[in-house]
Amino acid sequence: MSEAETLLSVSGVETYYGKIVALRGVDLEVRRGEIVAMIGANGAGKSTLMMTICGSPQARRGRIVYDGTDITQMPTHEIMRLGIAQSPEGRRIFPRMTVMENLQMGAALIDPKYFEDNLKRVFDLFPRLKERLHQRGGTLSGGEQQMLAIGRALMSRPKLLLLDEPSLGLAPLVVKQIFDAIRELNENEGLTVFLVEQNAFHALKLAHRGYVMVNGNITMSGTGMELLKREEVRAAYLEGGRH
Amino acid sequence: MASPEASIPASVQKPMGAQGRAAAPGGARSGAGEGGLAGSLRDAALAAFLAGVLGFFFIGLRADIAPGGLDLRARWGAWIVSILVVFVGRLALNLFVFRTSKPVTKTIGARLTGLSDAVPGLGKWLTRALLVFALVLPFVVTTFFSSRDRQIIDLAILIMTYVMLGWGLNIVVGLAGLLDLGYVAFYAVGAYSFALLATHFEFIGFWTALPLAGLLAAMWGIILGFPVLRLRGDYLAIVTLAFGEIIRVVLLNWYEFTGGPNGISGIPKPTFFGLELSRGDDGMAAFFGFEYDPIQRFIYLYYIILLLALITNLVTIRLRKLPIGRAWEAMREDEIACRSLGINTRNTKLTAFAIGAMFGGFAGSFFATRQGFISPESFTFLESAIILAIVVLGGLGSQIGVVVAAVVMIGGMELLRNLDFLTYIFGPDFDPVRYRMLIFGLAMVFIMVWKPRGLVATREPSAVLKEKKRIGADMVAQGEGH
Repeated sequence: MSEAETLLSVSGVETYYGKIVALRGVDLEVRRGEIVAMIGANGAGKSTLMMTICGSPQARRGRIVYDGTDITQMPTHEIMRLGIAQSPEGRRIFPRMTVMENLQMGAALIDPKYFEDNLKRVFDLFPRLKERLHQRGGTLSGGEQQMLAIGRALMSRPKLLLLDEPSLGLAPLVVKQIFDAIRELNENEGLTVFLVEQNAFHALKLAHRGYVMVNGNITMSGTGMELLKREEVRAAYLEGGRH
Repeated sequence: MASPEASIPASVQKPMGAQGRAAAPGGARSGAGEGGLAGSLRDAALAAFLAGVLGFFFIGLRADIAPGGLDLRARWGAWIVSILVVFVGRLALNLFVFRTSKPVTKTIGARLTGLSDAVPGLGKWLTRALLVFALVLPFVVTTFFSSRDRQIIDLAILIMTYVMLGWGLNIVVGLAGLLDLGYVAFYAVGAYSFALLATHFEFIGFWTALPLAGLLAAMWGIILGFPVLRLRGDYLAIVTLAFGEIIRVVLLNWYEFTGGPNGISGIPKPTFFGLELSRGDDGMAAFFGFEYDPIQRFIYLYYIILLLALITNLVTIRLRKLPIGRAWEAMREDEIACRSLGINTRNTKLTAFAIGAMFGGFAGSFFATRQGFISPESFTFLESAIILAIVVLGGLGSQIGVVVAAVVMIGGMELLRNLDFLTYIFGPDFDPVRYRMLIFGLAMVFIMVWKPRGLVATREPSAVLKEKKRIGADMVAQGEGH
């Protein structure tokens, strides 16, 4: 894996909300074909990092390069046109629009001739969405909404998929379904995935490599399995949640 | 394994909580139902007594200025009528709403929702019936109501103008979700564009000015759009409200250009391919060899506004199925999600403002040519409020809802002028038109209580793979509709 080409590199990124610092110089890289997980507690800055990559808020210092293009100062909608797709925190599906319309929104940027093909891929991955096709997004269950959010992101046929807390508020069985789908996407289609998670166990088990974020800094990195075995990770993110 | 376990209680709690909430009002209602008829009567009598006490001075006595002081007059008739109205009204409310296990309001609401669900093609047939009715209306009126044809067609033109304005605003408020309280500004821009162009340049008539007025209004839509790009909800509403007032105040004070409060008069009437609808030898009647009748002008105006309104409607329906229309609706739902899907929300908002404003401008031109005279007085905030009320009462985003709401509101107000029998009850100087804003407000309150999402709350999906399936507004809550 290590010789693979870097798809996304974040170096020395600092992000502020007004005067409050959220990211204190973050460095990480995501290589082509990898699943990379970022874990951390509430308020560590995981989602801020995700949003900074997407250009809202923009990084005050540092550089974010995607596929050879500097995207640090680009507006969000232009970044998304480069082949990055995002399933944002809290899913953010369109509640009054049907599943079909939600998926169409995901395909807004690409040539309509790929639409049918992409739709089929999403249905193969999440057959539940096909059953719910003409239902409003807001009437779906939490797990189905997460599937829709990922499906919607996949409709643009991205090279890099960014997932912000895909397991948020979902039952264990549904979390497993979602994570299986992510693994399947990565193995069968070579899709590069960068995900931010609080569910450290599942995320690190799924990921090739992982980063741990504390207070706007990256404190640890390594392969998923290495991090799972680390005592600090176990104490902070695994044992604590067992109760 | 740890955190999944922790998430179980949360998912179990939710449905339980929902059940608890649903059960509570049911229990309370059955408890109140035991009061029965006697309780209802006692309550109504109490309310009537209170109305009598409160109304004694306000309604029962009337002071007029007379030479040498005030002249006190008793109006016992009006006082007793108001007490009776309160008694009967309160009794009816008690029997059918407050103290019954099956409130009639709920039944009506459910019936209305059920009606559109039970008959799948109803909406479609209603639309077609309304369209046919609108097309043949002038002939029906001139044949069967020839004594009052002018008045009725004039009212139809007025309602149609509001339907068009409602459809135009529906793009901005209903589809794109941008609360615009200053829509009348674009109406004014359209009206003044045509009036000024027509009075300054001899060769410009209604049909040449129409596209120009639309373009100018669209340009002003973009000019308004730029500063409010970053605003949402309440803040957007305030700024658009201010924008509407600015346009009106400028029109009022730029005396040399707009004529100020005197307005602009002598605005030409629309021609039919260059032929005027007049009695003269070069008129349309003479050209085609039929007899001239002043009503033809009204019928012609009616068909122009019908055409303009239908164009607005067709464009909106078409746009909804195109990516831009879908992006508007998605932006209404969630702007951040839109941006994360690569939608340029700035351009999306600006196009919504521009296209909505353009139709407002068309309607404004029509208004100017119909009236022949315009002044800033026609473009007050009240107009914006009425148009917005039509859109909201009709159901945000619903095209047919706008029609129904416009007919009810504008037609209803006009109906008040014909309620002469009320003067027998309330005395000869009672003028129901004076109470129109009160009735207007009451109607809004009632509709919002019964149908909080407007008269037509169902949203027709813009995209279908195989068969259509409608989803009612009541199923929008999460976890329902399986």
